[in-house]
Amino acid sequence: MLAIVALVTLPLVAALMAVVVERRGEWIALLSVIGVVIALSVLMPLVATDGPVDLVIGGWQAPLGITLRADGLALAFAGMAALVMAAVLVSARTLYGASPSEAETRGQWAFWPLALLLWGALNVAFLSRDLFNLYVALELLTVAAVALVAIEGKRESLAAALRYLMFALMGSLAYLLGAALLYAGHGTLDIGLLAARDIGDASGATGSRRASDIMAAGLMTAGLAVKTALFPFHAWLAPAHAGAPAPASAILSALVPKASFVILLRLWFEALPGLTTPALLATLGGLGAAAVFYGSVLALRQNRLKLIIAYSTVAQIGYLFLVFPLAGGDSYAQPWAAGAWTGVIFQALSHGLAKAAMFLCAGVWIIAVGNDRLSGMRGLASATPMTMSAFGIAGVALVALPPSGGFTAKYLMLTAAFASGQTIWAVVLLLGGLLSAAYLYRPLAMAFSRDDDATFAPVPRSLQVAPLLLALAAILLGLGSQAPFSLIQTGRPAAAAEGLE
Amino acid sequence: MIASATLFGLCGAALIGLGLYGFVVQAHLLRRLIAFNIIGSGIFLLFGASGARDQLASTDPVAQALIITGIVVALAATAFGVGLVLAFAKVTGQTHLPEESDARQRPLKAGLPDRSVQTIVKDPAG
Amino acid sequence: MTALLPVLILLTSLIPAAITFFLAQDSKRLRIALNLGGAVLKLGLIVFMLAEVAQGTVHETRLEFAPGLYLLLRVDALSLLFVSLSAFLWLLTTVYAIAYLRDGPELSRFFGFFSLCVAATTGIALSGTLISFFIFFELLTLSTWPLVVHKQNAKSIAAGRSYLSYALPSGAMLLVAIVWLESAVGPVEFARPVDFGPLDRTSQQVIFALFIAGLGAKAALIPLHGWLPAAMAAPAPVSALLHAVAVVKAGAFGVMRVVLDVYGLERMTDLGLALPLSVLAALTILWGSARALQQDEIKKRLAFSTVSQVSYIILGIALASPFAVIGGLAHLVHQGLMKITLFFCAGIFDERADIRRIDQLDGIGAHMPWTSVCFSLGAIGMIGLPPTAGFVTKIYLGIGAVQADALWVLAVLGASTLLNAAYFLPMLYRIWFLQPTAATTEGAKPNERPLGLIAPAVITAFASIAVGLLAASAFSPLALATQIAERQYLR
Repeated sequence: MLAIVALVTLPLVAALMAVVVERRGEWIALLSVIGVVIALSVLMPLVATDGPVDLVIGGWQAPLGITLRADGLALAFAGMAALVMAAVLVSARTLYGASPSEAETRGQWAFWPLALLLWGALNVAFLSRDLFNLYVALELLTVAAVALVAIEGKRESLAAALRYLMFALMGSLAYLLGAALLYAGHGTLDIGLLAARDIGDASGATGSRRASDIMAAGLMTAGLAVKTALFPFHAWLAPAHAGAPAPASAILSALVPKASFVILLRLWFEALPGLTTPALLATLGGLGAAAVFYGSVLALRQNRLKLIIAYSTVAQIGYLFLVFPLAGGDSYAQPWAAGAWTGVIFQALSHGLAKAAMFLCAGVWIIAVGNDRLSGMRGLASATPMTMSAFGIAGVALVALPPSGGFTAKYLMLTAAFASGQTIWAVVLLLGGLLSAAYLYRPLAMAFSRDDDATFAPVPRSLQVAPLLLALAAILLGLGSQAPFSLIQTGRPAAAAEGLE
Repeated sequence: MIASATLFGLCGAALIGLGLYGFVVQAHLLRRLIAFNIIGSGIFLLFGASGARDQLASTDPVAQALIITGIVVALAATAFGVGLVLAFAKVTGQTHLPEESDARQRPLKAGLPDRSVQTIVKDPAG
Repeated sequence: MTALLPVLILLTSLIPAAITFFLAQDSKRLRIALNLGGAVLKLGLIVFMLAEVAQGTVHETRLEFAPGLYLLLRVDALSLLFVSLSAFLWLLTTVYAIAYLRDGPELSRFFGFFSLCVAATTGIALSGTLISFFIFFELLTLSTWPLVVHKQNAKSIAAGRSYLSYALPSGAMLLVAIVWLESAVGPVEFARPVDFGPLDRTSQQVIFALFIAGLGAKAALIPLHGWLPAAMAAPAPVSALLHAVAVVKAGAFGVMRVVLDVYGLERMTDLGLALPLSVLAALTILWGSARALQQDEIKKRLAFSTVSQVSYIILGIALASPFAVIGGLAHLVHQGLMKITLFFCAGIFDERADIRRIDQLDGIGAHMPWTSVCFSLGAIGMIGLPPTAGFVTKIYLGIGAVQADALWVLAVLGASTLLNAAYFLPMLYRIWFLQPTAATTEGAKPNERPLGLIAPAVITAFASIAVGLLAASAFSPLALATQIAERQYLR
């Protein structure tokens, strides 16, 4: 399928071109946005009606070759990523657009190839069916992300980038070691072939084989958890995301952790569903819950807007891990199946859109005020009403109030929690929602306070439109959840409805 | 006699252990990068050993392909890491992350001057 | 048309809201035209719908989100009762707000959220499922916050904070109740009897308690009423909206929906939930009145009076006897008309004569006769003197209490009437019988213009008398309430 090829290669080729061609980065980025959007609009209806589409690269079948598969999960995330990238790349033109008279700065030169590279790696991570290929995608993603953190070359952001790099390298190694063990045991890293082997099923698996499989899965999970910034591996996230320039922060917070999470979903729900134990599921869920509370409390204690938004990501990532204990908690009274699994995907999509919108809002306000201290935000509601409403609407999605995509997610997950009698996770969801309302209330109320003396630098309107559109997309995800809901169901693994273990 | 595959595997495991030790104990960023490479080499050895699973004459070509790819990736990541460490050292004159400069380094080095800092700062380009 | 009408009614306030947000501050005419036009159109559509429903047409619109998660708008007698009240009062409040705010700051934001707030209320009234109700219920919370903090000073920001810190946790509890129920019994539609089979008795009771806790913050049941007096920092039209048209009413309406259409009166009584709910309502009635007595500020006193009056509605439902239910349902409308009159008048006193405290009211009756007459009519209704609407409510509640063998309720009604008299009569006495103080006469000559301020107050005051006098006619709120209650007992 040409469209799948386009999804992966367009951003990568564009990244190379942006390196070669001087001062045209923004236009190349724009072209690749258009290309990817066209590819997605061809693929999505096709997959929604006819089911997943495979691309066997070079005609080499697995286990020798690599398969890319466009299923509902992959396309939903690729679609979200395309929306976010489009908004970010348009917004970044103000900050990193080359001016014809002055010499090109490092940011103006490097931002475009790095962002495009990151996008290509993301799409590979969403589409690929090979665990080693996914490793390569993750590494590419990490390098691009770390470089984006360091792009300004400031003291704190360099330190944040290095810390991020150290965490990410260890994460990669753990993942790679796990993959090596899995390969040693089964001779393949193709997700479909691994799934066909029913790994972990009691019949046929000897004790030591099972032990090595569990070890492999554990290492890969730990590595992916580090890259997703799951508590307690979250230390790198906030300084890195807050230290990067706003458009980069938006990409980093909204998209990068999603790639490793999608791989985690594929690993457990598609490749190794038989390997889980209740203790493992509870541990992952428990770490998620801890992330929700810890991240929220840290967000409550910050006095800089970008740090609040960044710690909010730590908390929001916590919700995603509730999928492990909750999957399979389907109520027979409700007409849908795989509620928790679908709900978590909605949560990830909604968070991506809303979080990118928030960081872009922060970028607008940093231009207006000069810094992102909460105390400087007085009077912003009157000065920048459009950005204010974008921030508010994104907040609605993040707190999971209706009618946002976050609410659809929360409703599905809560139903699964009650249907399976695991009300403890429902408590996490609800308290987490209230905590997020509390930490988002502080900047909101500050911006709403009147300050007649405050003077702000003017912000071009074009810069304010992108976050508003992203925030509205997060709401639309809830209002029109029918289409994404059915798209996500295409190619859904059996374990998503039956639950793990 | 130990089969050669097992020997490779054990070597790999030993390298991983050594590298892990270094990564945890060393706060110096370059040393950490080296530790990362040692762990990586260990993992690649394991990978290679796993290619000889069925005692067949021919080894598994996929494993070797994966190793080569992995080495390229690790090389790229290392090069990028070294660049970042250099930039960091130029801006701050430090070779450790700020939160680790006091806690870890002092007791280990027991007062010896850290020469690597000076060499980097003397870099003619900087 | 039958599927389109509920959506159209919703759009009459959603579209003005969406456009108003983008209007410039100085495009005053367009803003007024949009808001008034939407309000009038909505009222017209509702009248049209009343006629259609009387002929037996069922209006229903469905919007799927995900399988099983859908928005259902459905018109029944109870929704008609609420939606006609809110549409009528919204029109008047819009007129009042335009006159009250004149050329104040951030008017596009204000009127945008104002319309959004009413859209949410309309949605609440027309919701046919629990989850649709919840969606609009939360939308109401979100759209009222910017109105409460409209003045953007420290006091109103604090009020907004207090509002959210009650509304969001209670919203979460409501969500728990809904999800718990629906995960066991499937999606709940109000028009379909709910099969409680899969839930044991205790779960049913706990879910009911969660429902009441979730709705109770908006309905200002003790101990969740704290935000309402604090929200007095908002401009007067917003207070009118909070107390009479939207927020408090939405809470009370939600309790009705849960009791009448989810649980049913019979099940509520069987589960032993009727008595605790009526005791809670009775306590709120007495506590609200007692606190009202202690207030010196007019708006604060009125706020606590609302706490007390809204619980008449809940008391009526909780008693579960036919007359009490009719009384409670009718009071939804009656209280709205009376309380909005009082707030309109309080706003005029504040705006035109700088009167905020009760001791400033001395002798104002001579200077501001229209406002004072309206205020007095509202107050008399609140006390429950004949022939006002309040009298009708209290008579029905009293007969209902006897029907339900709950004679203690009579004592509560008696005590509350005395308290009502104790805090309203001194105000009336000051207005009409005391000599004006120096401060009142010295200041700028108070006037009651423009017409946009006083006319809505006169209309609502007149309406509150009319619904009392004409209670026996076929189109009175009482008649509609009787119709709703009959259906409960006949099914």
